Formats: sequence, structure tokens, C-alpha cells
Amino acid sequence: MLTMKSEARGLIAHGVSACAGCGLELAARVILDVLGANTVIVIPPGCAALFSGYGNETVTKIPGFQGNLESTAAYAAGIKAGFEVQGRGDIQVLGFAGDGATVDIGLQALSGALERGDKILYICYDNEAYMNTGIQGSGSTPLNAWTTTTPGGKSVYRKDMVGIVAAHKIPYAATASVGYVDDLRKKVAKAQAATATGPAYIHIHTPCPTGWGSKPEHTIEVARLAVQSQCWPLYEITDGVNYQVTVPVAKPKPVAEYLKLQKRFNGVAPEELSTMQTAVGQDYTRLTNK
Amino acid sequence: MQRQQKKPMTDCEKTKKYFVGPVATEFVAAKTGVWRVVRPDVTIEDCIFCGTCRKHCPADVVTVAKEDPNSGVYFDWDYCKGCGICANICPKQCIAMIPEEGVCKL
Amino acid sequence: MSTRVMIDGNGAASEGLRLAKVRVVSAYPITPQSPISEKLADFVVQGKLDAKYIRVESEHSAMCCAIGAQLTGVRAGTATSSVGLALMHEVLGVAAGCRVPIVMPVVNRSLVSPWSLWCDHQDAMAERDGGWLQLYAESAQEVLDLILIAYRTAEDARIQLPAMVCLDGFFLSHMSDAVYVPDQAAVDAYLPPYVCHNFHLDPNDPMFINNLTPTAEYTEMRYQQAVGFNQAPAVLLAAMADFKRVFGRDYSLLEAYQCDDAEAVIVTLGSMSGTAKYTVDQLRGQGKKVGVLKLTSYRPFPAEQVKQALAPVAVVGVMDRSPGYGAQVAPVATEVRAVLSGKPVQGFIAGLGGRDISPATFVKAFAKLLTGEITADVDWVDVKENALTIREVK
Repeated sequence: MLTMKSEARGLIAHGVSACAGCGLELAARVILDVLGANTVIVIPPGCAALFSGYGNETVTKIPGFQGNLESTAAYAAGIKAGFEVQGRGDIQVLGFAGDGATVDIGLQALSGALERGDKILYICYDNEAYMNTGIQGSGSTPLNAWTTTTPGGKSVYRKDMVGIVAAHKIPYAATASVGYVDDLRKKVAKAQAATATGPAYIHIHTPCPTGWGSKPEHTIEVARLAVQSQCWPLYEITDGVNYQVTVPVAKPKPVAEYLKLQKRFNGVAPEELSTMQTAVGQDYTRLTNK
Repeated sequence: MQRQQKKPMTDCEKTKKYFVGPVATEFVAAKTGVWRVVRPDVTIEDCIFCGTCRKHCPADVVTVAKEDPNSGVYFDWDYCKGCGICANICPKQCIAMIPEEGVCKL
Repeated sequence: MSTRVMIDGNGAASEGLRLAKVRVVSAYPITPQSPISEKLADFVVQGKLDAKYIRVESEHSAMCCAIGAQLTGVRAGTATSSVGLALMHEVLGVAAGCRVPIVMPVVNRSLVSPWSLWCDHQDAMAERDGGWLQLYAESAQEVLDLILIAYRTAEDARIQLPAMVCLDGFFLSHMSDAVYVPDQAAVDAYLPPYVCHNFHLDPNDPMFINNLTPTAEYTEMRYQQAVGFNQAPAVLLAAMADFKRVFGRDYSLLEAYQCDDAEAVIVTLGSMSGTAKYTVDQLRGQGKKVGVLKLTSYRPFPAEQVKQALAPVAVVGVMDRSPGYGAQVAPVATEVRAVLSGKPVQGFIAGLGGRDISPATFVKAFAKLLTGEITADVDWVDVKENALTIREVK
């Protein structure tokens, strides 16, 4: 049993050593607030490992396991199976991993769990690079973004992770953003309900002031601008085929407005910006036509 | 032969149970309030108690008390990191970030 | 009490996991282990095993699923071989460090490169210091029996360490033998339902497992594992004694065959032991005083028992089935040498990539020992003379 040495309103302690203005920290609180205490969380090493704690101390009230970078989904699947055979399938098992641990090294284990139909909830918090190790580029890093391993700006597009997930035709998949908390809450609740029949997946945009070179106070503003510029569309997919945009953006703001709050896009040339603007528009059109 | 436990267990220790390996059994918050260099300051006269600040606080340290006799917006200074999100997104712009006492202005 | 059936080593391993009533199975096929993953799936479908079968996409995930499931309080079953075991490497350490007493059949097969489908011990030897118990079977019967003994030992509150039961690929995995398969009731009496003695995952009893450990405690947690290993020989022997009481078959950490008056003894692991014993009988018939010391338990390494068994023997050889590059001799020989300081110990390497360790190989090795031509360096006893000229550049 946990010895409670601090008070906390929710399932996460108020003092967590995430950076000031961390988007992930807000996402984690909202998610666990919706899921409730009958939840087991699996976290790989990464920024979210701050919620695992250190030594004998944790900042999470629910049971958790810190796994390995490439196998969050596999640990979650095993845990879920263990509960199921004991007649405790009501326990929600949540895999909570960053973009690196999801779209790159963890893709195989995630794909396996999705294909098998394991009744787990997998949430990727996407801060668009390997932030915990010091801002290295990932498969989720956007075009032209600076990271320590893309010092000249990333030369290729990011992976369409939600598209990859949707291809597995799982009951529920969605994008979300910390800039749209109500939308996020609804989606977590839907995802939780969907795990009665199969896997559910949410891909949350969680701005990282440290890695993006944005101001800590701008985290929500940046997240909202990503949505309003159509860079980060908010939608959900049921059964891999039914697409629904949950926060429509009829009159998008220029992509430049989203980029200018972040130092990681400082080197973007005008022609690169126009390429980005065009691609974003095309992607959004394709999405709304689905 | 390897030495077994160098310090023999006391009688008291022998009766207790222990986990082996890595596990955290204490719920403890870090006092992240010490990070703060600026703090939110609410002009309560302009506040409409909408709760936007509370909803977006990454540390969940904001309390919006509308109906209380002590009506107001309160922050848990033990944990508030002074990130400024609340001030940035306040629809009434009635939160200002002011220098934390004792912090030298550069 | 038991039924005698013709099954191969893979069948025996599958029966062992079935009798242990694993509740979650996560297995990934790999030659020559694949029949185990197939058989377990079959058991589940036929209702012979009340378990959830997770058709994992890799061995890495197989081990992660097993760890996750067992942390909720049930026995989890998996099995692997060769590069599959190598892929598990990272998370084998998680099972060991989190003290999750999974019992896993390992069908021994070479590592790459060169590619080989066939038997040697490189896969298990690469994991020898990873915190898993390692038992090596000589026959299909031993595979089944050692799995049950391994469960009893691994799950003991004093041990809480995972265990591999190693069986030689093809030589054991695919060779049929008459095996006594015990009744479920007898196994239930020997192997009680799983009880987790350590931390676990349960919303009614929250705790956070496997988080970052400070330098101030890491050594202590490693030491805890060492203490588990230190107690393993006694617990293993007790589990073996109880096994004999219930099932009538006799096991020990090692088996000394014709060692009492032997002038030369060869230490063996796994299926080669049978061939070695046969060769000893032949050579004894020619008046040569030779013997075999079969190691059943390699982890824990039964140092004291090895020392005692080999005390009266003048010359010792060790037949390693893995190369142990960069060391003077291969892994098992290195450890036997450490135990027998001052005594000549000849390291042999043979049987790599599925090459049969035949009676002729042992005859050659014994001849070397009896003539006293011991060298400090390892003897590749079955290597061909043309080793360096088998591929001509044309």
C-alpha cells in the first residue's frame, strides 16, 4: 500500500519535476482524472517516467510499471491478460508513452497489440522529439523543425501515426491536444468505453517549451495555434474507417503564426514555409474528405 | 563464499516484510514551488471565476472559489512553478505574473 | 499417478507448462522451439489449459507480456530459442531484477553469424550472468521434470528468480522418447498455486514498480539478487528431494558418473551427457578409468559440489558447446578451472551449429586427458583441418 506523504486532489501529486509549462503534465492529469483509480499505467523511460517517481517515492496514486522503451504496448497487453484471466477485466490498463517510444522504437509492439485486439488504452503524448534525452529528432518531428539531430531542420515529413493505427481498424483512435481539454476529456472517456471491445488509441499534442524553444506560458496558446492553423487537426476514427473532425477549422490561421512562437522553426526559409503551408492545407482537405 | 547481509537483521527487522527489487511505495510530491521566479497575481475585481486557469494548470495548483465566503482564486505556493500559463490564457487577462519576493531582477 | 507417452523434448516442455497451469501464454515461434508455441495454443483451444494465449509479434514482446501478466499474480508461460532469446535479452533483466519467477524452456540453438538452425549453447551462455537460474536437461523426461522443479525453486520466497530450463535443439526438442507425464493431481500436490511474494500490480494495492533507482540503492538491489542465488542450491536440492518423494525420479545439481576411481573426467551440459556416459562405458570396457560429470544446474553454479566430485580426479576436461571468444577457455571450463585451482583442466569446444558430439569426439578428448597433454588454451576438438581454407576466393 502506498504511504501517503503528500496531499493531492487528483491521482497525481501536485509537485512533479516536469519542466515549467510542460504540456505532458497537463495531459497526464486530465487522462487519469477521466480514467479514475481502477487503472494500471505502463510508462516507458522518457519524460513520463517523471510520474513513475524515483527510488521509494512516486507521484502517482495508481499502480504503475515502468517498462522498456520499445514495449509499452506489450507490457500493457500482458498486464491486461493477467487481470482478464482472474476475472478482473474491468481494470483499465493504460500505456502512456511519448512519440519516440510510440512511432519509432515502440511501433512493432504497438502494432502487435492493436492487431491482436488487446483491450488496452494506448496514449501517445507527442512532443515531437526525444525530449527526455535532450531534444533528438523522432519520426514525429515535423518538417523543418530543429532538433539536436536535425540541426539544419528536419528534411522529411513526420509519420502519420494515427493513420498507421487506423489501418489496424481498432474500435477507437483519435488525435487530441492539451489546448482543447474538453475535447481531450471526451475522447479519453470514449476510448475507455471502446476498450470493452478492443484497443483504443489517442495521440495527444503536448507542447514542450524546453524542446520547442517556446515560452512556458505559451504552451496552451501554441497547442491551440497548432489546431487553428490545421497543423494538428482534431479528429477521431471509429473502426478504422469512420473519420470525424471534432474541432473543425474553417478559417485556418497561417502556419507561420504557429511557428513563430517556437525557436525550433527559426531557420525556416520563406519557400520552406510555403511548402509547409501547402502540405498542411492538402492534409486537412484529405482528412475532411475521408 | 559471498558474505551474506553484512549487517545482521535486528529482531524487529526479522518480523517485518520487505520487497526486493525496484518499487516505490510512498506517494510524495516534490516542492516545485521553489522553482518560481515569477508568480501569478489575480486582480480579483476583474475575475469572472470561469476556471480557465484551473483547467489548464499543469500542476493542478489553482483553486477557483466562487461561492465561498472567501471567494477568490488561490494558488498552492508549495507547488506552483510560476510557468505563467494561467496568466497567458485568462480570457479577462486579469492575472499578472509578478516577480517572486526575494528574487533578484536581472 | 502418471502416463507413459512417446513425446519429444518440445512436447515434454509443453506438458510441463500445462501441468504448471500457466494462465497467460505469450510465445513467438522460432525453430526449433516452434512446436512448443503451437502445442500450447492447441492446449488452450482444446480446453486442456485454462489460459489466455497472446499471439505476440516478437520474442521481446513475449517476455514483456509474460512479465506484465505475472506481475498481476498469475503464472505466465513462454519459451524461446537462439536469436529469440537474444532479442529478449533486455527484458530478461527486467524479469530478473523485478524478481518475477517466470520459468521458460529455452531450446538451445546457435547464434548468428553464421546462420544455423541447429544446436549449441551460445544462446543460453550469452545470458548466463543475467540473473536467471539455468538448468540443463539430458533427456525429454528431464525437460518435463526440471520444469516442475524449476517452478518450485524459482517461486520460493527465498529465491524469487526466473529460471530457464535448457534443452538442446533437435537433439532433445525433436527426438521422441518414452516420457512419464505425471497426473495433474500429483503435480498439484507438488506445485501449489502461484503466490507472488513480492510487489505486484493491483488497483486495490497501488505501488509503482521498476522506477528509476538511485545510486544509493542500486547495489543493494543487485545484492538482493545475489542473496537469492546464494540460497538457490539448497532450495533446488530441497525441491529435487521432494520431487523424488512424489514422483520417484532422482535429481541433483550435478550427476557424477563413474567418477569415484576415475583418472580423467569430462564435465558436460545437456544432451551430450548421454553420449558421454555411453562412451565412458565403452572405454571402461577397455580398462580406461574415465568418468563424466554432468551439470544439471549451471546457474547457480554448484561450485562446492563440483569441487567435491572432482577432488579425487587427477585430470579434468570440460566440453563446452559455445566458443567463449576472447577467454582462454570457454565459459563452463573457465568456471570449472576457477573451482579447481591448481588442478589441470583442459577446455574443449565441440558441437557447434548442430555438429553432433559423437562418441568419437569424447574418445578423442579422453585420450588427450589420459596422455596428460593438457594445454592452457582451449582445444577445438572436433574442428576440421581445413578450417581456414573452406572458401576459396575465385
